[in-house]
Amino acid sequence: MVEWSDAEHSAISEVWGKLHIDEIGPQALGRLLIVYPWTQRYFGSFGDLSSAAAILGNPKVSSHGKVVLGALDKAVKNLENIKATYSNLSQLHCDKLNVDPDNFRLLADCLTIVVGIKLGASFSPQVQCTWQKLMAVVAAALSSRYF
Amino acid sequence: MSLTVHDISVVKALWAKIGSRADEIGAEALGRMLTVYPQSKTYFSHWADLSPGSAPVKKHGKVIMAAVSDAVAHIDDLPTALSHLSELHANKLRVDPANFKILAHNIIVTVGMLFPADFTPEVHVSLDKFLQNLAWCLAERYR
Repeated sequence: MVEWSDAEHSAISEVWGKLHIDEIGPQALGRLLIVYPWTQRYFGSFGDLSSAAAILGNPKVSSHGKVVLGALDKAVKNLENIKATYSNLSQLHCDKLNVDPDNFRLLADCLTIVVGIKLGASFSPQVQCTWQKLMAVVAAALSSRYF
Repeated sequence: MSLTVHDISVVKALWAKIGSRADEIGAEALGRMLTVYPQSKTYFSHWADLSPGSAPVKKHGKVIMAAVSDAVAHIDDLPTALSHLSELHANKLRVDPANFKILAHNIIVTVGMLFPADFTPEVHVSLDKFLQNLAWCLAERYR
């Protein structure tokens, strides 16, 4: 079971409190699709993803970005139990969506970058360290039902 | 995933904006790598202080970023430009090439934080490609 110190709890709360899911989600997903274009493969029904401008303006990307961050919100509110919280999501990604788990790392990196851009200097190395732990735990939880 | 003419011009334009703060970017990125990915500390066990902002981290961050800036200046022939550094990392330092990705990520986080308006998704993809190419050339002499 993953343990979180009081300092880690409060670092995550503080970061999360500064983020708007509706802003960060679409930005992170947009960057994933632009920077790692092979990930577009999983979003065949999203319409026009032919350019950075198309991706950033695409309403389905925007709305799915919000869905993804909504799920991350659940993790933030259940830090002690992320693996159980994500059990169904993990099965969905494995059995139905067939997403290669390496993509969780790529999306996590995009999220980290977007959070860094948003928070600037307050995203200190120590805060980034705690954030990276959250990203790693979430990616592991999403991969947990794969085998 | 080789660099297009567009990537090259984006990276050069970015460096025109950020190059003057290369020392700061290098120190910040290295400090973050050591803090966030503690396995990377293994290569610096001879330093007294591995914390962000410490003297050895600042000094070495400057060295690293100077090499990256030099790579930008020689972006049309990275394999030649990085040949001796590749030998060094392969034969003397024996750095696991996985760490090149990790440092690249931290350089990107740092550039994003320091230059939020300039670090658009289009700039992000070209910088990511450039750093991956740099990493590839750095790993060239490994085997």
